[in-house]
Amino acid sequence: MRYIDPHIHMVSRTTDDYQRMAQAGCVAVTEPAFWAGFDRSSAQGFFDYYRQLTEYEPKRAAQFGIRHFTWLCINPKEADDPGFAREVISIIPDFLERETVLGIGEIGLNKNTRNELIILEEQIALAEKYNQMVLVHTPHLEDKLKGTRLIMDAISASSIEPGRVLIDHVEEHTVGEVLDRGFWAGMTLYPDTKCTPERAADIIEMYGTERLWMNSAGDWGCSDPLAVPKARLEMARRGHSAETIDTVTFGNPQCFLSQCEKFRLED
Amino acid sequence: MSDPIFSCPQNREEVINTYFMEHRAKLIDLAAYLDRLDRARPVGDDADFRDTAFRDAIAILTDGQSQRARRILDLLSDHSTAMPQSADGMKGALGAPHRVSTEGGAA
Repeated sequence: MRYIDPHIHMVSRTTDDYQRMAQAGCVAVTEPAFWAGFDRSSAQGFFDYYRQLTEYEPKRAAQFGIRHFTWLCINPKEADDPGFAREVISIIPDFLERETVLGIGEIGLNKNTRNELIILEEQIALAEKYNQMVLVHTPHLEDKLKGTRLIMDAISASSIEPGRVLIDHVEEHTVGEVLDRGFWAGMTLYPDTKCTPERAADIIEMYGTERLWMNSAGDWGCSDPLAVPKARLEMARRGHSAETIDTVTFGNPQCFLSQCEKFRLED
Repeated sequence: MSDPIFSCPQNREEVINTYFMEHRAKLIDLAAYLDRLDRARPVGDDADFRDTAFRDAIAILTDGQSQRARRILDLLSDHSTAMPQSADGMKGALGAPHRVSTEGGAA
């Protein structure tokens, strides 16, 4: 058994998490840039973070045979100050050529403000300019439905093809619209605020496996870096075929991510 | 979208065999939470918007219609069209839309 966790924040996890993930069959992770749990005080803080994502984490993952890729951006929670956000965005292009950078992410909205939307649009423009794929964070809880629609509208106003965009953290009330508009959809297996393995299996039963993946979004909060293999077990317990399980936890992420030629599982 | 009818690999007896005990426990947790609220002193005269939404959501569970998870998530979503300029001073997400009044629509 092998799987890809296409959204996990390994900078917040310990090295033995890599070990346990490898033991559970993880062959690759992709790590979007995100909010560290506190607001950084300078653009230099992001410069150091991008170095950590592109230089240090791939080496730490490689110790356990896991490929580590990343997405860069300023996250929506720290994007509410446009001046600061633009300063951070200005340092991103220098990192885009690095061999493990797959695109721009996780961009999106947090509280659905005009300031956040302005910076989202500017990062979409950045992805357009440098022909980058996009990984999208959708807001939490009551803000998700409205924010998901605002985000999809902003991307649809650009020249980026929806097939090169993954809209993450979908739930039952957003997944249909995301797929209908041609985007890829990510189900995040996260306690209390997102999907459980059981509900992810339910969504697959209702919407099929096309353009759908699952991830743990493991981070500094209560979360589970083994959520994807646990969801595989849940699907198997319910009687889903090995082919279906493999599609949503390996084949689909591989298919989407391989649109970037830098994504390789073999040397 | 694929046909949601009978798309689960298990039959109903198998679903119940697999999930009943887990959801029996969750059901009792839910009942105990409502009992706990009954034993707690109220704060002010107005119902908490989260509690109101929660009880509206419970009604969906027994209305006999399908797509309950989607409809509950929809009920617990902000359907307003207003966009504040900044998040400065705003609270984090609370799990239910905070309506200003029962007649005036979403804030």
